[in-house]
Amino acid sequence: MTNYIKLIVLGLVTLLALIAANYARDLAYLVNALTVALVSGGLFLWTLRHTDEPRAQVDLSGEYMDGVVRAGVIATCLWGVVGFLAGTFIAFQLAFPGLNFDWAQGYANFGRLRPLHTSAVIFAFGGNALIATSFYVVQRTSAARLWGGNLAWFVFWGYQLVIVLAATGYLLGATQGKEYAEPEWYVDLWLTVVWLAYLAVFLGTIVKRKEPHIYVANWFYLSFIITVAMLHVVNNLSIPVSIFGSKSVQVFSGVQDAMTQWWYGHNAVGFFLTAGFLGMMYYFVPKQAERPVYSYKLSIIHFWALIFIYIWAGPHHLHYTALPDWASTLGMVFSIVLWMPSWGGMINGLMTLSGAWDKLRTDPVIRMMVISIGFYGMSTFEGPMMSIRAVNSLSHYTDWTIGHVHSGALGWNGMITFGALYFLVPKLWNRERLYSLSLVSWHFWLATIGIILYAAAMWVTGIMEGLMWREVDANGFLVNSFADTVAAKFPMYVVRGLGGVMYVTGALIMCYNLWMTAKRSPAVEATNSAVPAE
Amino acid sequence: METYSLLREFADSWMLLALFTFFVGVVFWVFRPGATKSYENPSTIPFRHEDKPARAHGARHEEA
Repeated sequence: MTNYIKLIVLGLVTLLALIAANYARDLAYLVNALTVALVSGGLFLWTLRHTDEPRAQVDLSGEYMDGVVRAGVIATCLWGVVGFLAGTFIAFQLAFPGLNFDWAQGYANFGRLRPLHTSAVIFAFGGNALIATSFYVVQRTSAARLWGGNLAWFVFWGYQLVIVLAATGYLLGATQGKEYAEPEWYVDLWLTVVWLAYLAVFLGTIVKRKEPHIYVANWFYLSFIITVAMLHVVNNLSIPVSIFGSKSVQVFSGVQDAMTQWWYGHNAVGFFLTAGFLGMMYYFVPKQAERPVYSYKLSIIHFWALIFIYIWAGPHHLHYTALPDWASTLGMVFSIVLWMPSWGGMINGLMTLSGAWDKLRTDPVIRMMVISIGFYGMSTFEGPMMSIRAVNSLSHYTDWTIGHVHSGALGWNGMITFGALYFLVPKLWNRERLYSLSLVSWHFWLATIGIILYAAAMWVTGIMEGLMWREVDANGFLVNSFADTVAAKFPMYVVRGLGGVMYVTGALIMCYNLWMTAKRSPAVEATNSAVPAE
Repeated sequence: METYSLLREFADSWMLLALFTFFVGVVFWVFRPGATKSYENPSTIPFRHEDKPARAHGARHEEA
């Protein structure tokens, strides 16, 4: 019966998408409509071929739903490499403008590829890592199978569709011009549907948990899912110019729009890239260190302090703008206060290893997790400092900001994700151990040195250009033109690109290592198969 | 009174007080007497049920 409903819905979606493609007013919309038609048409045929087949009723409540986690792990690796490659390429485009090829002008120049890079690493790599690990963690810590059956698969594939629609849209020029929220209105709507399904699966699993207590990692994951839903909907309130075109107009305008954007933007950092990944930290670090979190009390205070304070920090992106002073001061003060819970969480993560510090010598995976927590501490010190108005007047609009973002994204988010992947793959594919620990060490050092090259180059070039911009001569005239600063930045841009090459090489080594782990490592007796008779 | 001023006054007074009280309350709650003991069990949750969900009550799985 459900198959007939599915067929009707899929058939209608295919038809409507083809009509939309026919009336499309711009290329991005046309390609996106055809993509939707292709996907729903394909699903229509697939469902049709399997309709009326007898379905074995197997009780699966005795085992975890790990297929979707495995798919998420693969997607995380693939999108990670795509995102890192795009980032490295655009880094070299900045150093060598000739790489903005004439034949690809309007499609693969820096302006088009930059949102592709940021969305690929944040939402495709980070998002898939968060969805996969949250599904893994919520099942283990709730001692229950994922709620909603195949709804988890809908979340996974629906999210991949969001990524593909957004990415092709960017290249063809569909963007609403909001940083980290570039996708146009129809992609926003689809993401809302997928995200609510994600919330349902996660919350449903928590509701049917067998553990009386909700483990702290799930608190962080849940706050991430709920807050991102709220941020996404409010920041993307827009009216399409035509339902057959990708262009839309924002409901807010002027400084209200800017404040909404950075309320969204900073909390995307705070809840997507911090709270969600802290959920990872609170599960995978104790697991890999084989000891419970240092202080459970501190983790609870960490949680409440983080979510109560982060939400106010957005206005620090709008110092010296039309935003009222009180609002930007509020954002600055809360950003500085944030230092406390951030470092509380860092101490909690690091001290989980107390009594097991010797593992740092023998286990490169825990080394990866520890350095990610170190980078978390470093970038959450740097961020509050940069939010101070006086510091911001030097750092804002310079490469220092980009360096800060990358020490957080490559160091904290990237490294904790790599650590989680190294932990997950042997478990998910029933392997005794990783294929090669020395390859993990290679990855560790390549990534770490790559980040250091990146961050150091951006500090130098950022502070340099900030100082050059404000330099005035004895008569009060500006000394440097903008082009002077661009020329002065060249060596640091090359160093930054090389850092990116090292980071992406490390990621490729990881992919190889994980592939070989799944294929070649000695297997353990399956523990997660269908429930055996007793 | 226009909506903005009304909401702003509420946000600056009662809502601020309520949120702050809640937050301070959480901190005190975490340090209540006997808390250390009650958090010992939750902190070990990741080390249970690694491979299989907990058994449901009753014998639903027995013949599966």
